[in-house]
Amino acid sequence: MTSADRRTWLIILGLAIALLLCIPLSQIIFHINYNHTLTVVALGGAALGILASVIGCFAVLRHESLLGDALSHAALPGVAIAFLIAGRQIVALLIGAAIASWLGTQFALAITRTTRIKQDTALGIVLTGWFAMGLALLSYIQSRADASQAGLDKFIFGQAAAMVQSDVEVIAIAALIAFVLLALFWKELKLITFDREFAQANGVRVRALDLLLSTLLVLTIVVGLQLAGVILMVGLLIAPAVAARQWTHQLGQMVVLAAVFGAFAGGSGAIISGLDVALPTGPLMIVMASMIVFFSLAFAPGRGLVWQKWQQWRTRLSLTQGQPIAAQPQSEM
Amino acid sequence: MPHHKTPLALEIHDLTVAYQSKPVVWDVDLSVSEGVLLAIVGPNGAGKSTLIKAALGLIPRASGDVEFFGTSYAQARDKVGYVPQRGSVDWDFPTNTLDVVMMGLYGQLGWFKRPGKREREIAMHALQQVGMQDFATRQISQLSGGQQQRTFLARALVQDAQLYFMDEPFAAVDAVTERAIVTLLQDLRAKGKTAIVVHHDLQTVPEYFDQVALLNKQLIAAGPVATTFTPENLRQTYGGRVSFLADGAQVVGMD
Repeated sequence: MTSADRRTWLIILGLAIALLLCIPLSQIIFHINYNHTLTVVALGGAALGILASVIGCFAVLRHESLLGDALSHAALPGVAIAFLIAGRQIVALLIGAAIASWLGTQFALAITRTTRIKQDTALGIVLTGWFAMGLALLSYIQSRADASQAGLDKFIFGQAAAMVQSDVEVIAIAALIAFVLLALFWKELKLITFDREFAQANGVRVRALDLLLSTLLVLTIVVGLQLAGVILMVGLLIAPAVAARQWTHQLGQMVVLAAVFGAFAGGSGAIISGLDVALPTGPLMIVMASMIVFFSLAFAPGRGLVWQKWQQWRTRLSLTQGQPIAAQPQSEM
Repeated sequence: MPHHKTPLALEIHDLTVAYQSKPVVWDVDLSVSEGVLLAIVGPNGAGKSTLIKAALGLIPRASGDVEFFGTSYAQARDKVGYVPQRGSVDWDFPTNTLDVVMMGLYGQLGWFKRPGKREREIAMHALQQVGMQDFATRQISQLSGGQQQRTFLARALVQDAQLYFMDEPFAAVDAVTERAIVTLLQDLRAKGKTAIVVHHDLQTVPEYFDQVALLNKQLIAAGPVATTFTPENLRQTYGGRVSFLADGAQVVGMD
């Protein structure tokens, strides 16, 4: 491990500790009372943030951000139809969500394969079309004025206030499964993401690993829908991952740092939303995640815009002063 | 088919690859012995990369047999190394040069084992062979095209294969890298290994390679450079769009 790597790991550790310290600090400064409900909400948000950002790292590196968005939006009609069939059974709703997502992406793939339409367009068509069907079905369900449909629209924007302990346990179990699988197949997943052809030529089972990652992606989205909502779930997937990428050039560091960012975005968004029932959770989590990613894009050393502008200014300065540009060490980023 | 006492490094028989029912590689027969440097040349869209990928099973073939050292690819896999085109990869991936080279050893490690000190040493040795040891911890997006190519070569070297497939390794590389690749190829041949290289620069074919295969969807000709790399064959391959300088000893190709 180089000294630069060690330094980055220490910074990540320091950041994680600082974020944990936010909890007692927020109790003191904002007088937040972490009763049972709020603790459940905070843990659920943080756990989802961690799970989504870790899976999101692979989605971003495999250029599947739009796919992640299509998967979440396409889940909505599945939730509505499952409700019409089975009522307000949470397991049924989530299974409906998963089936609708899967059907949507298969449809998009079929469009790409059989017509001249490119993949991003096909995904856009499915994303909007499926989501529109979901909205229409939800309006129909609401028009039936059935008391049990109350709360279905939380799947659109997410609602932390309705979280119970079993919801957090589901997220935690999903996260555990995901981490174990990622750890087991880490080097193969790294290889197929970087150079798929080389992996295939070396006998790596690329199809099976693709299926693994797709399944984990769908699992993450389905598990997070209640908290983040279909519209903004993708933000929790990709924003922490993109932010983390600005600060490191090692996949392992990127994943851990994304998890720290995701925990912060998910946890703080859920807490703020839990304090005031009127505020939906999804937007709050994404606002926090977006602040992190915009800060990273601007200020990260090496890749950040501010840093690059400063380097350009320094270069211009030494050129106009007639000095040769000193041999600047290449940035590690 | 003639019976050989020792199996050939590569034997392709009747290979056809179709894309949406259009043939892109058609009826190719190719035999390559060990200890040979073979160039595959042809115009753009001739199917050169397709041929390699189909032989390695990376894309499906419509028909044909391919044998590596007398057996299937699955059984001969540890004797075959592959250097894909540089452009097939996103070089902004978060990893460094040494890490990419170590990826060549993942096949040997099998599932679940982590690369350790031994793998690191093997990878560093390969980087030294291509002159990249000072770039071991460099983020790969900071490498020049030639440095990226040498990284890919080092990754192939750690596999210690008998037969190497290289897809346009000389494309857009600097002079240092070009020399490094040529030295590497000659080194491989001296050790009795085989390299099949998709090559774009007709000018250097006689200088760098022993044998050449001229491909334009079909195999026009294949064999030793002296007898196969003729103006007539080249004209047939490039559809008349080839010009010759002076006495025909130098050839410039136009796609």
